[in-house]
Amino acid sequence: MSVKKTTTIVEQLRRAQMNELLALNKRLDGRGLKDHRELRIDVGLIKKANGSALVSLGNTQVIAGIKVEVDEPFPDMPDKGLFICNAEVLPLASPYAEPGPPDEDAIELARVVDRGIRESEMISLDKLALISGKKVYAVFADVSVLNADGNLFDATSYAVVAALLTARVPKYEVQDDRLVKSEETIPLPINTVPVSVTMAKIGNSIIVDPTAEEEACMEARITIATDEQGRVCAIQKGGSGTFSVEELSEIATLAVSIGNNVRERIKNAVAPASTNNDNDNDNDNDINK
Amino acid sequence: MSRLMSEEGIRIDGRRWNELRPVRIEVGVLKNADGSSYIEFGKNKIVVAVYGPKEVHPKHMALPDKSILRCRYHMLPFSVEERKNPAPSRREIEISKITREALEPALILEDYPRTVIDVFIEVLQSDGGSRCAGITAASVALADAGINMRDLVAACAAGKVGGRIVLDINDEEDKMGEADMPVAYLPNLKQVSLLQLDGKLTADEYRECLNLAINGCMKVYNMQREALMKKYFSTKDEEGGSVED
Repeated sequence: MSVKKTTTIVEQLRRAQMNELLALNKRLDGRGLKDHRELRIDVGLIKKANGSALVSLGNTQVIAGIKVEVDEPFPDMPDKGLFICNAEVLPLASPYAEPGPPDEDAIELARVVDRGIRESEMISLDKLALISGKKVYAVFADVSVLNADGNLFDATSYAVVAALLTARVPKYEVQDDRLVKSEETIPLPINTVPVSVTMAKIGNSIIVDPTAEEEACMEARITIATDEQGRVCAIQKGGSGTFSVEELSEIATLAVSIGNNVRERIKNAVAPASTNNDNDNDNDNDINK
Repeated sequence: MSRLMSEEGIRIDGRRWNELRPVRIEVGVLKNADGSSYIEFGKNKIVVAVYGPKEVHPKHMALPDKSILRCRYHMLPFSVEERKNPAPSRREIEISKITREALEPALILEDYPRTVIDVFIEVLQSDGGSRCAGITAASVALADAGINMRDLVAACAAGKVGGRIVLDINDEEDKMGEADMPVAYLPNLKQVSLLQLDGKLTADEYRECLNLAINGCMKVYNMQREALMKKYFSTKDEEGGSVED
């Protein structure tokens, strides 16, 4: 069972102010309606993980780590590796977060991020088989939200994508049906870089990358993941409001164009790390520029 | 051509690209519930019960200005090929959430402050598209419960199978096909209250798929209306007859 969270009185009062501003194409934090907040991506800071990324999207901050293990494949997919994505909102992430098993929001977050990566076929799972039907790579992407200020979907997705792009996994040799781990590490087989773009509907306005305050006032939310060819790979509508067909058409066009900008940012952020292991570069360019 | 689509454009279960599976909807199937319905959508068999508006427990969850809607989508262990653990899975928790969000815009919850409305969706047998069939049946059950509504919610998926955009994806097409897009639609308000997508579509295919799914929702909507009218108009006629006698 699940129950919708209620908005506080303060949020309802803010809604009036927000609507007045939105009518003038402005937002509380000064952004344009279609602007992302500043995006920072730092990769490779967790040496114990096969890949990692710390992403800040405005005040929203998440950390993703990739752990790769050898596991048995699913019986119906003997030649495919496994990809498992998990997300949690840590109790330190917000005054409203509480410890405990993931609630429906955290489950939705993990499943939507997973869907964008899986459906875009970012990782060639069929190249992750080691011994057909017996041993495959299992790629675990675990994301923890450190500071929750809205749009956890995009921040989480960017973190997982950046961490996967920079992950190095141990190479295995097959000798007489047994796996021998070598010292060498290899990157994951990557096909495309999917980018998730989340928009919120407040009144009649569609805004990109909502803050927590904007999310408290939104009627509905939509997350769209697109791939490098500009194809739509995954969609999730959320919230108790609705969208018209015209809005949904506009949203898809926006998701592709904004996605292309963000993709360049992600690629720039991971480029130095994949050539050498020095990750001290600063990436503080605004993605809107 | 792939196994899922013949050269003549006939699908694995004999349908054309724009055909729904056979649908049957019944209203008022559970006596204890305030509203209930049963739907068969292809091989899906789903029963829905609505309880409420009723007092909220625990009380602190009640809202001063409107009712709260709770939805539970649940699959019975024998509803799928391999036995499903009866505990709610992550998939079921997500579907419960998106079902609630798909139904909420249609309900006038402000009419029932300090109460809760419970919607229970039990999948007896599952085929592809059970979330859509569940939402369709839940909307009918809410109407049967006499909850004030702005509109019904009709749901139907479209997708891409064997390179073509097709309506109402079944289980096999869902597993083997290229894309699946479940949509819920409020036919009179012309609003989309559920939109998900699994799989790759170009921008044009996305729009085509969305429009096709909405066409499907309109067909489902007519069947929802018929099912409700079958129960309520026949009852009204009988009552009218007895008054004259």
